[in-house]
Amino acid sequence: MSKHDKTMKTPEFQGVEGAPILDIRNLRVVYQTDLETVEAVNGIDLTIERGKTFGLVGETGAGKTTTALSVLRLLPANTGRILSGEILFNGKNVLELDETLMQAIRGNLVSMVFQDPMSALNPVYTVGEQIAEAIRLHNPDLTKEQVEDRVDEMLKLVGIMPSRKTEYPHQFSGGMKQRVVIAMALCCEPELLIADEPTTALDVTIQAQVLAMIRELRDRLGTSMLMITHDLGIVAQTCDAVGVMYAGEIVESGTAEDIFLAEKHHPYTVGLFDSIPNLSSRTSRLKPIPGLMPDPTDLPKGCVFAERCASCMEICRQEHPGVYTEGTHKICCHLFAAPSEKEGGAK
Amino acid sequence: MTQEVRRTPLLQTVDLQKYFKLKGGSYLHAVDGINLTLYPGQTLGVVGESGCGKSTLGRTILKLIEPTAGKIYYNGVDITNYNARKMHPLRKEMQIIFQDPYSSIDPRKSVIEVIAQYMLIHKVYKSRAETFNRAAELMDMVGLARRYANSYPHELDGGRRQRIGIARALSLNPKFIVCDEPVSALDVSIQAQILNLLMDLQQELGLAYMFVTHDLSVVKHISDHIMVMYLGTCVEMASSDELFDNPLHPYTYALLIAIPEPDLLRSRQKTLHVIRGEVSSPIDPKPGCRFAARCEYCTERCSQSNPEFVEVSPGHHVACFMVNDK
Repeated sequence: MSKHDKTMKTPEFQGVEGAPILDIRNLRVVYQTDLETVEAVNGIDLTIERGKTFGLVGETGAGKTTTALSVLRLLPANTGRILSGEILFNGKNVLELDETLMQAIRGNLVSMVFQDPMSALNPVYTVGEQIAEAIRLHNPDLTKEQVEDRVDEMLKLVGIMPSRKTEYPHQFSGGMKQRVVIAMALCCEPELLIADEPTTALDVTIQAQVLAMIRELRDRLGTSMLMITHDLGIVAQTCDAVGVMYAGEIVESGTAEDIFLAEKHHPYTVGLFDSIPNLSSRTSRLKPIPGLMPDPTDLPKGCVFAERCASCMEICRQEHPGVYTEGTHKICCHLFAAPSEKEGGAK
Repeated sequence: MTQEVRRTPLLQTVDLQKYFKLKGGSYLHAVDGINLTLYPGQTLGVVGESGCGKSTLGRTILKLIEPTAGKIYYNGVDITNYNARKMHPLRKEMQIIFQDPYSSIDPRKSVIEVIAQYMLIHKVYKSRAETFNRAAELMDMVGLARRYANSYPHELDGGRRQRIGIARALSLNPKFIVCDEPVSALDVSIQAQILNLLMDLQQELGLAYMFVTHDLSVVKHISDHIMVMYLGTCVEMASSDELFDNPLHPYTYALLIAIPEPDLLRSRQKTLHVIRGEVSSPIDPKPGCRFAARCEYCTERCSQSNPEFVEVSPGHHVACFMVNDK
């Protein structure tokens, strides 16, 4: 199986060398129920360059997973709505595709590793069968033996003995289950891998093993990646570009250097860094961000972070801030936006 | 606090063991020979990965689980064989904050009722009005707005719910609190709020904490001493700074190196050093060092006999042949 075969089946998705693999433009997603409307993602722009890893950081409820599910069009059918925006995968808007084409993409060109390996696997099938299913679906021409060989190969790749493929998920530890999930995600050599908090459920030494493995596989297969996490340490270790998400918006984005080394930052990013106990110096007190994230059913009119921001100004409560750009570094905050840029940014 | 008081440990365990009997007569060695000492007003951090017995240790010390062998001394008194009736007055002094703020609070009680519950059980105040006044004060202390007094737990977020658990643990004016992963279910910005709160309360009320966690950066921040557990045994114990500056046990070293640091330059320089394998089974463990199977310095001796827990420098204890032989 080669990349060539895959683009034969889905010729529309042939990527252009040098063009970004994923380009999200002004995406807005809501969850609508009879009672309320949750504004989960509010007009985000995000670009992942081919072969690079983009880290999406933020706290619970920031809209990270919703963004990922939108890319695969896996939002809950009865509540999730994509209001506007474009998600360009290799230049094609996935929001306009029919379900058959989407199925050809999912697991084949774009695949996802979910946060909780315990619930991502089916308990009544052996792990071998579950990996084989993904391979069979996307490669109907392969013989049984070829599929089995591929399963063995995938298990070896993630460091599990192929002899264990006849075992069930409950016979595996958490770290091993996550490896199986990663094997499933990688078995069709996707061009884009979405990893949604892949190590949150794991212990630190196992987390280190899984992260090292993901990095090695990424380098070997040249996969582009969207890494969703709340851990800035993981971002520092694995990502080339970073977006900091808060209340459905990307408040700051740029290369890893921009986020970790530049001088100017969004106050929320500063707060995130100050909340983490520092290992190299003993600080007597943490400087947490006061308060909580705003209610996504009732977002403030101005800047979404205004309520908790130490440098909040009058204008922050009135107007949505524009984007301040310095090279690759983008900050969505009134502190930096020049007056002329503000108008264009107001949504 | 005077030197005199400092010399009597608030809590001490001697060779504490907790084995769980399984079907077929085998035993799960959850806690296997733990010796620890905690002085008033101090924090002992207990770190380890899931399944290493750190939560069981916390619960055994509070006698929520009966120990299999060993001794527990509280204020110099042996409480190992105390029954529920004899423990009852001591419960006021020894409290626990649970990991999961979702399942450790009765969903059918309002916030103020949850906080008042322990005081009602222990009949601390004569009237209900007094009790509820005190509960409201506790809400102020932990930073819960009084308007939530009549809310139910499901209406609050994780950070606020964890504050209920803290207020409840403080309600009886304890001297010692086991904090069983109190921040691991929370987001970083909320985690920082709770850690600050716990440290402020310690200063104000002179509390002693046993802080159980898997997060090394949290434990370094809050602890005076740290104990590293692996499969029911203690592999290293030292003061917080000493342990981070000079980790001696290979497992401690592996844990430290595995933490992803939010520092771009350091994490890019860091050579990837990943320990292989996974925690082996705690069911009827083989003799020898429990870490031997994953240890890169493992020798024949490691899998034959148990390394002694030796004090290598003042206050720094390690159980490893490689270190102890030096």
